[in-house]
Amino acid sequence: MNKFSFYDATSIEEALEKVNSTVSSTIQPGASEQASVLKAGGIDLLDLIKEGLSKPEKIVSIRNIPGMDEVSYDEKKGLSLGANVTLDKIATNARIKEDYLALHQAAEKAATPQIRKMATLGGNLAQRTRCWYFRSMYHDCFRKGSSVCYAQPGENQYHAIVMNEDCASVHSSSLSTALMAFDAAIEITGQGGKVKVISIHDFFVLPSVDRTRESILEANEIITAVIIPSAKGETKSHYIKMGERESNDWPIADVAVVAELNEDKCKKANIVLGAAAPVPFLSEPAMKVVKGKIINEESATAAGKAAMADATPLSQNAYKIPIFETIIKRALLALV
Amino acid sequence: MEKKKIKLPHGIPGYNLSEIEREIPVTEPPAWPVNEELKVVGKRIKRTDALAMVTGTAQYTADVQLPGMLYGRMLRADFPHAKIKSIDTSAAENYPGVFAVHVFDNMIEGANPKDSQQRNYPEVKYAGQAILGVAATSNVIAEEALQLVKVEYEFKDFVADIDDALKENAPVVYATDVDQEGSDGGEEIEQGLKSKGNVRGPSEGSFYGGPRGDPEKGFAEADVIVEGTYRTQVQTHCPMETHGVVVDFDHGDVTVYASTQSTKGVRNDFAEHFNLPKSKVRVICDFMGGGFGAKHGLGNFGVMAGHLSKKSGRPVSLMLDRKEEHVSAGNRPNSIQHMKIGALRDGTLTAMKLVSYGTAGVGLGAGVGHIAQAMYECPNFKSQQYDVFTNAGPGAAFRAPGNVQGAFALEQIVDELSVVLDMDPLKLRDVIDKSTIRKVERIRGAEKFGWKNPKEAGSSNGPVKKGVGLAQAHWPRFVNLDSTVEIRVMRDGAIEVRSAVQDIGTGTKTILAQVVAEELGLKTEDITVMIGDTIFPIGPSSGGSIVTGAITPPARNAAYDVKLKLLDIAAGRLETETENIITENGFFMIKDNPDKKLHYKEVLSRMRTEQLTVTASRSDDYGGFMLGTIGYGELGSVQFVEVSVDTETGFIKVDRVVAAHSCGRPLNIAQIESQVNGGIIQGIAYALYENRIIDKDTGHQVNANLDQYKMPFSFEIPEIGIEMVEDYGARSSTDATGIGEPANIATAAAVANAVYNAIGVRIYELPITPAKVLEALNKVKKNDDE
Repeated sequence: MNKFSFYDATSIEEALEKVNSTVSSTIQPGASEQASVLKAGGIDLLDLIKEGLSKPEKIVSIRNIPGMDEVSYDEKKGLSLGANVTLDKIATNARIKEDYLALHQAAEKAATPQIRKMATLGGNLAQRTRCWYFRSMYHDCFRKGSSVCYAQPGENQYHAIVMNEDCASVHSSSLSTALMAFDAAIEITGQGGKVKVISIHDFFVLPSVDRTRESILEANEIITAVIIPSAKGETKSHYIKMGERESNDWPIADVAVVAELNEDKCKKANIVLGAAAPVPFLSEPAMKVVKGKIINEESATAAGKAAMADATPLSQNAYKIPIFETIIKRALLALV
Repeated sequence: MEKKKIKLPHGIPGYNLSEIEREIPVTEPPAWPVNEELKVVGKRIKRTDALAMVTGTAQYTADVQLPGMLYGRMLRADFPHAKIKSIDTSAAENYPGVFAVHVFDNMIEGANPKDSQQRNYPEVKYAGQAILGVAATSNVIAEEALQLVKVEYEFKDFVADIDDALKENAPVVYATDVDQEGSDGGEEIEQGLKSKGNVRGPSEGSFYGGPRGDPEKGFAEADVIVEGTYRTQVQTHCPMETHGVVVDFDHGDVTVYASTQSTKGVRNDFAEHFNLPKSKVRVICDFMGGGFGAKHGLGNFGVMAGHLSKKSGRPVSLMLDRKEEHVSAGNRPNSIQHMKIGALRDGTLTAMKLVSYGTAGVGLGAGVGHIAQAMYECPNFKSQQYDVFTNAGPGAAFRAPGNVQGAFALEQIVDELSVVLDMDPLKLRDVIDKSTIRKVERIRGAEKFGWKNPKEAGSSNGPVKKGVGLAQAHWPRFVNLDSTVEIRVMRDGAIEVRSAVQDIGTGTKTILAQVVAEELGLKTEDITVMIGDTIFPIGPSSGGSIVTGAITPPARNAAYDVKLKLLDIAAGRLETETENIITENGFFMIKDNPDKKLHYKEVLSRMRTEQLTVTASRSDDYGGFMLGTIGYGELGSVQFVEVSVDTETGFIKVDRVVAAHSCGRPLNIAQIESQVNGGIIQGIAYALYENRIIDKDTGHQVNANLDQYKMPFSFEIPEIGIEMVEDYGARSSTDATGIGEPANIATAAAVANAVYNAIGVRIYELPITPAKVLEALNKVKKNDDE
């Protein structure tokens, strides 16, 4: 771990003034030795620094900026979650459990009770992949500037089964799996307090587009909130995470389903897979299968199969396919 | 030595308890009755150091702070096999805050080439091997200085995978024959074996002897033969406290604070490496955050800290970080076990054959133990165990070395035999197992678990299938006669128990207090235990489940001697004969007139001198040491497991475990249960989660942390029921033995057998992950290009 200075920002403006780099940029070859980066909960950043992957000169904490950890609800606008809202707060909020069950379930299953008290929503969205080659200082991988993906010929049991041709890492945010299923929007504040709102579907970046980062965030930007549209009458949701352990574990596979229902009939559904691809993966083939159908064993099974029809597993991760098929089926059946 | 004859309890209460006469030294006390009749021993006694541990006042090695202390860090090789051409440490030496730099001139780990030629630097044999170290005023400065060191390598081909290492043209790890001494952790390493390529051996014997009978004849006589290949993974020890020392090299007088399972082992290693008399080296281990077998000697980090302290003239603290702990501080070697077993229709075994390969990386000790040889009666037996070298961190003794791997194969093949014979696996063991203790454990464990002849494998309804399984363990009962305790009694009422023996964390301090308290008629809290310091008499290493059986008899013998002396004082004060006095509830009283009594502190206050010191060791086992026999006097266990297996996701949940165990005379039920719980949890981890994963192409471990190296957490821990069977062997003045290792041996095999019973397909490789379950159930389509 390198030495760094620590600055406790009191406002978003101040934080933006002090910061000159994303964490992702510090991991790239030739990274600035004067990098100053944001820290919210610090969960991901600390691990990157400990491994010697990121060596920022300064850490700017946004943890104590007032007003960034609020949860509010507006009938028209929907649910607004400040970026500093902790995973614990999401997991224990009664309205979220009532109206946005899949998000509640994703937060409740994430990490450990201790980490959930520290980890923030913004940090969760901006975290880097847990691919063990990316996380190892001994492996100069595709995402860190070389042309090699070590996972493709190597130890890929936890890696991507779709869109894995350049880099087989999976995105590590299981909250994103749920948030994408809810069509959430991400509020980003830039220099001079300029606010833009981006659909979560446009937030993540595939390695084929830009290998150096996993989201569109720039150095002079801060995630300040996440907005989830208000739940329509018959909307139901469900999230399932499958890990090797029930306690704190990264998912082998996770799925969030958000569906507009008319009795058992599905008017439309979002089905999002986590730990399947380098980004949270919206499975359109699966969604097509259930659209306009009664949700039952048959249609739910078909949705799972459709989601996996084009999977391109690697040497050690084909077992994820039956798991995805199963949890997609089970998540859909949980709605009815 | 003068002897006397006494009668001691012998056998299992409720089964075959009787008395036996033994000849013992006159200096040792009369027999204790069975636990039921004792006051302190055999009860649930709270740890004497519980408060210190939970409030954080207990001082572990990493907590040691000395004036002027420096922090040591080591530079580790980032390539798995290389010659070092040159090392330039000048920039590191001149870095502000750095006080010493030391470069290793030999490899103080793994196996040693016999014709070790003089080289400038030892060859790098695995990724993560320590090359040099620096001591600086902080860990951060030490690490920054390491980054300034320039090492020029000449890279060599390497092999990090056991299957690749077995191939004909594999890169060779050691070009010559090598040997390695085993540690006090009990790995069985046969000396003088030859190597071919990366394969050394076979070793065909164990301390239970060599092959027996004629296996080929035995197989010819068999009605049924079962064969299989079983594979186990590499497991790292993962103690909560990593390896580490603080060395204070003060003008030839050295104090070493060490997180160690053997204060004497560290002392001996240090004295040897630095050419000092043992009396000049003091080793202290107050509290220990876990060891599991890998913390017996000084270690190369300890040698490094010694050199850095000697060079800088300051104390140096060198604690490994979690990555170093995984990569370099020892592991349970993996195994590939080809096993064949033959039996008659009624279950009687006719032959058993075992060929095993395992890799302890650059070290030796990858055998699969003696369990197949020792647990069951089988007239024809042969095993051939090979070590395979790979460019990976050295193995180390790990909780029942070899036998945990061995049990995974043996107890699954016996289970498979029960299926072939259409017998209840419990009943099959009644036929083939001659151990009395395990017989009682099977009866009591089965009752507690509710064991019935298991339903047909894979027959429960729905996608989540339930299954049950059982497995047994065998562990020899070792003792170490070089175990001494001193008891110091003070006029002010203090009673101190002193020994160099360390408390690995299982509660050795508490049982010493209990034994002395029982003998003197006191309470545990009346006794102060000061151990883990080599200025006290030498005690055993914490390995081989030896400590309790080795050190509690000397403690009782010393307490008995103290008692005799105090009885004389009390008899004088109470104006009676010594033999009329008994000690009870803190008083010395006349047996037939309990109103005439003296508080023990009053007796102590009448001592002629300020203090009285008694030192005692222990004689050989009463009746002679029994190692080499199979069955009675050994430590058995039988574990029963129930699992649920989701056949659609491959997810396994261990629902409950019942473990029937013995350890001679149990001394502290709460602490024993704590150890058995730990053994079962570690066994479940081995069965389902833990796996050191090394990338074949780079030679680096990819999960050298506790995030991706998977340990069980709270949801993974099942309901555990423990059935302790008292088993009096009349072997010593306490008749107690340890339980650390037997607690861990059977669990993974029992889980695997339960998984088989749940899904109807046997899984031959650990850990049993969802991937393996789904593959076994043919639910995974393999890639076309594979």
